Amino acid sequence: MSRFWSIFIARNKEYYRDRASFGWNIMFPFLVIFGFALIFQNGGQRPYKIAVLTSQTIHPVIQSQVCSHDLLSCIPYTDKNMAIDKLNHHKLDMVMENTSQPFKYWINKSSPKGILSEGLLTRKTLSKDEQNQRLIKQTIDSKPVYYIEWLFPGIISMGMMFSSLFGIGFSIVRYRQNGVLKRLKATPITSFEYLCAQIISRLLMIVTTNVILYAGCSWLFDFQCKGSLIHLLVFFMIGTISVISLGLIVAARTKTEELAHGMLNMITWPMMFLSEVWFSIEDAPQWIKYFAQCLPLSHVTQGLRLIMNDGVHLFDLSSEIFYLSVMTIIFLSIGSFLFKWTQ
Amino acid sequence: MTNKQYASKTGRLTVKNLIKYYGKLCAVDDISFSIEPGICFGLLGPNGAGKTTTIEIIEGITKPTSGKILYNDSPRNRSFWEVIGVQFQSTELLSFLTVRESIQTFMRLYQNQVPLDQLIRICSLEDIQHQENRKISGGQKQRLMLAIALANNPDLIFLDEPTTGLDPQSRRHLWEIVEGIKRKGKTIVLTTHYMEEAQILCDEIIIVDKGKIIAQGAPEDLITQKCAGQIIRLPQEDVSKNVLQLLDSSQQYAWHMDSTRKYILIQTQTINDCLELLMNNQVDLSRLTLRPHNLEDLFLQLTGKALRH
Repeated sequence: MSRFWSIFIARNKEYYRDRASFGWNIMFPFLVIFGFALIFQNGGQRPYKIAVLTSQTIHPVIQSQVCSHDLLSCIPYTDKNMAIDKLNHHKLDMVMENTSQPFKYWINKSSPKGILSEGLLTRKTLSKDEQNQRLIKQTIDSKPVYYIEWLFPGIISMGMMFSSLFGIGFSIVRYRQNGVLKRLKATPITSFEYLCAQIISRLLMIVTTNVILYAGCSWLFDFQCKGSLIHLLVFFMIGTISVISLGLIVAARTKTEELAHGMLNMITWPMMFLSEVWFSIEDAPQWIKYFAQCLPLSHVTQGLRLIMNDGVHLFDLSSEIFYLSVMTIIFLSIGSFLFKWTQ
Repeated sequence: MTNKQYASKTGRLTVKNLIKYYGKLCAVDDISFSIEPGICFGLLGPNGAGKTTTIEIIEGITKPTSGKILYNDSPRNRSFWEVIGVQFQSTELLSFLTVRESIQTFMRLYQNQVPLDQLIRICSLEDIQHQENRKISGGQKQRLMLAIALANNPDLIFLDEPTTGLDPQSRRHLWEIVEGIKRKGKTIVLTTHYMEEAQILCDEIIIVDKGKIIAQGAPEDLITQKCAGQIIRLPQEDVSKNVLQLLDSSQQYAWHMDSTRKYILIQTQTINDCLELLMNNQVDLSRLTLRPHNLEDLFLQLTGKALRH
């Protein structure tokens, strides 16, 4: 145990004394919060951008019937060619002439956002009676989950993933490269003790920074975790250990930081897209969904969302915890088996 | 064998028929030797001779292709690492730890621990003990690495080129510390490029070249056995070609240029005859110097190349 503590304490000191790295890791959550605050102020950015061709003010009819929509943002443009060019390059979703009805507009047929903008415009220009004849609107009674509340657990998962994989991967590869591991090999410490100390040290750092991130976002955006904070913390730690363990496989034998960088990118990017951090993969092919279930981050993101958004109890996450625990055991076993002290 | 058994006496180390291949390259070619307890044992040889490979196999860092390493006549087990101390040729430490914390970190890895302040004093690290590793000089770092090697009060200490790259003052400082360790009856295994270092510190040496042992024994004995006689040094311009031809024609003398190519070194076991030959041929002897053979001469004689080749 004293060998474990010795490496654990040394690694922590290394971490917090490296001012640049420590500062960045502490600052990063605040930058994320700041970014959130900018994006979600006044209810968030309007996702559909419409260029209105005018050199002066936007026509009052367009202003009242189009620009007032919560999802549409009107941008005055004087140069029609430039606006069409941007429409062609998906920088704008629609271009409109600055006239009263009938509205004259252009869309890019290959742009899904353009087609949706057109739908919004069409709906907005229909009278209530016409709408009621064609559509029957129904709303759900339960409290809705706002986008930021859905996104936030994903952001936490993503930050945790990068910090776990790159943090553990790079530090071990660097120690192997500069001979620190070789020196440790000539001592009684075992690879299991050494790797455990690295995992726990990294876990402590990740939990600390994410507690700061959670507290900051919770205070800024006034959202609450519907489940228990203790359950959230415990589940987050289980997930983090699993992702760190995955990083150990990369670090087990890799000789250079350059190679480690490539390998970690190969893991992190697909994992980020397939783990529903940013968007749902509900409509993806079944094999992609199966593959996503093999990634620890999918279970972490799913579990965090269930606790934060739906108030699910830790016991109800037994399948996620089971999968994560099995993955941890597999990753740790492979990592320990493959681990080499020297190049 | 348990730790207590290991710790109760300074052990005898035996290397038997050690072979190491890296691909097709034979780095260590069937070498055997044993190291008696309490001595300073030197492994000498040019770069690539197989010194570091040999020492790292003994330390357990590198696996041999074949051969046996015995400690106290038994194969090594995990407890071996409890009783050895290691200083590598080049190693980094955790950059943001202080000197004191680095020693402490390694010390906690062992059951047997030397009092920290005593260790800091032995290795003259008092003034820099609170400095971070990344801010200390090369000489200070080597002393720190030595302190770490001694953190568990080891019976057997491996020093792999401990003074390479140090200035003469730092080198002599480190020698004094090693002498102090020797006086405590510890066994030291030293690899070095510096013949002066080996001659001062080592009780016994082996000279390794191309993975094989080419000489073994006490430094003075080896010099006496293999390099009898003296070396005469004369400025090149004082010795004519005619004299050099006379030296060549005689079986009694061997000569070569020194590394600066300004002096001629004449090896002889018949000093009177040699001086007579020089005087008879009107060589100016006013700038002549005479010295006994040293380890470097021995190595040159055995391998025909300089140690720092």
